[in-house]
Amino acid sequence: MKFSGFKVVKEALTGHKGWTPLWRNPEPKPAYDIVIVGGGGHGLATAFYLAKTFGELKVAVLEKGWLGSGNIGRNTTIIRSNYLLPGNEPFYEFSMKLWENLEQETNFNSMVSQRGIINLIHTDAQRDAYRRRGNAMMLVGAGARLLSRDELKGMVPFLNFDNARFPIKGGLMQERAGTARHDGVVWGYARGADMRGVDIIQNCEVTGFKIEGGKVLGVETSRGFIGAKKVGVAVAGSSGRVMAKAGMRLPIESHVLQAFVSEGLKPTIPGVITFGAGHFYVSQSDKGGLVFGGDIDGYNSYAQRGNLPVVEDVLEGGMALMPMIGRARLLRSWGGIMDMSMDGSPIIDQTHIDGLYLNAGWCYGGFKATPASGYAFAHLLATGRPHETAAAYRLDRFERGYVIDEKGVGAQPNLH
Amino acid sequence: MLIPHPLLGLRDSQEFTYLGDANLMHRPDATAENAEAQFCDYVFQRENPAGVHRELWFHEQGDRSWLVVTRDTTTHEILGAELASNVKLGAAE
Repeated sequence: MKFSGFKVVKEALTGHKGWTPLWRNPEPKPAYDIVIVGGGGHGLATAFYLAKTFGELKVAVLEKGWLGSGNIGRNTTIIRSNYLLPGNEPFYEFSMKLWENLEQETNFNSMVSQRGIINLIHTDAQRDAYRRRGNAMMLVGAGARLLSRDELKGMVPFLNFDNARFPIKGGLMQERAGTARHDGVVWGYARGADMRGVDIIQNCEVTGFKIEGGKVLGVETSRGFIGAKKVGVAVAGSSGRVMAKAGMRLPIESHVLQAFVSEGLKPTIPGVITFGAGHFYVSQSDKGGLVFGGDIDGYNSYAQRGNLPVVEDVLEGGMALMPMIGRARLLRSWGGIMDMSMDGSPIIDQTHIDGLYLNAGWCYGGFKATPASGYAFAHLLATGRPHETAAAYRLDRFERGYVIDEKGVGAQPNLH
Repeated sequence: MLIPHPLLGLRDSQEFTYLGDANLMHRPDATAENAEAQFCDYVFQRENPAGVHRELWFHEQGDRSWLVVTRDTTTHEILGAELASNVKLGAAE
């Protein structure tokens, strides 16, 4: 079934009887060429590009719960490529380009909306830092624009420009950034992968790896043993737990990050606004809710819920930045588990176990990376070589001294 | 979260800053043969358990003592807290 405007009209006129399920629910086969552990955004994107771009025919995705039940369904849906360091920026810009063509590629409406992102500037030093970042972005073609205070006043007049502590002096804008519909992304990739023969197996928890002579032979699961020539693990916050089953420790701590959404409002916020100094960022969903968040809680957690101090901190940041937010009611808040790496940057690499590959360490920024993460992981699994934009995301970069530390805070995950 | 400080009773976790796994108290011997590998492990690798976790909290806005707090990372339930200096002394004996 292919989606099109014509199909929508036809179904509307014929009682919507022609729609079919987006993917099958197959029984697991005894063995596959490649098994992906984790049916979230990154895992499904990996399977999609394995099948579509690299022509792999025998691929399975194993998911413990249901598709998109992890962080892909719990994020704040922002896509952007406004990084600084050479190890990161080309990768995120590659991701941005994949976002721009995602809906054509998957034939699924992922509601990619390039409304722009603005990082606010409060001091001269910050303006210098953002000018440098903007230049780094322009070097890879991501585009960036430094906004004056007056320009900004015209675009987002509701901000508190004269806050005593953090007066707004300008901003750095990436016009191609924006938001996407998180569920639409996971469903689009799942459908696209399934259409190309990938078996997506839900309610199938990996309980162990079968490793003999330093080579992985398959995975033990709650639905029996599944053989595999290669196994790729993309389980985000559960990376430590899953890789421990292969006897590995990782340069990762799992932390909780909270997010919030208000009641639906008329369109008020044009794009994404980040207030780094106050630990607050906000955008508005197509449904009208203000979607916002702040920093991680700061302690190890697998609880998928946070505590009140950070709720207060985020809402104080919101009130300081845009006092009108105080008139909106908070609809709900939730937490997700972040795989916080030791330098704040991700890992896409093979492990010391032959045939076992790892995609992890996305911290609180995994959503925007979904397409490129999937593409680069598929590239690595299919060809054995890292994708050119992901070559720095090595697992051994920590011991070799090649960390990619955007914030320069060292091996302290709760500061990234 | 309320942390049961051994000297001061229940204190709000907001008074503390968090460092991480309590194993960070055991700094490797810099003169050992394989010190480089040991320090890599010490600085970068973590157990990161889902469940009971022993971790270091610093009472920054209190008596400025370091505590070893035992906490369940799946529920945030705090199972105990002791002075890190006592833990260190106990380990030395």
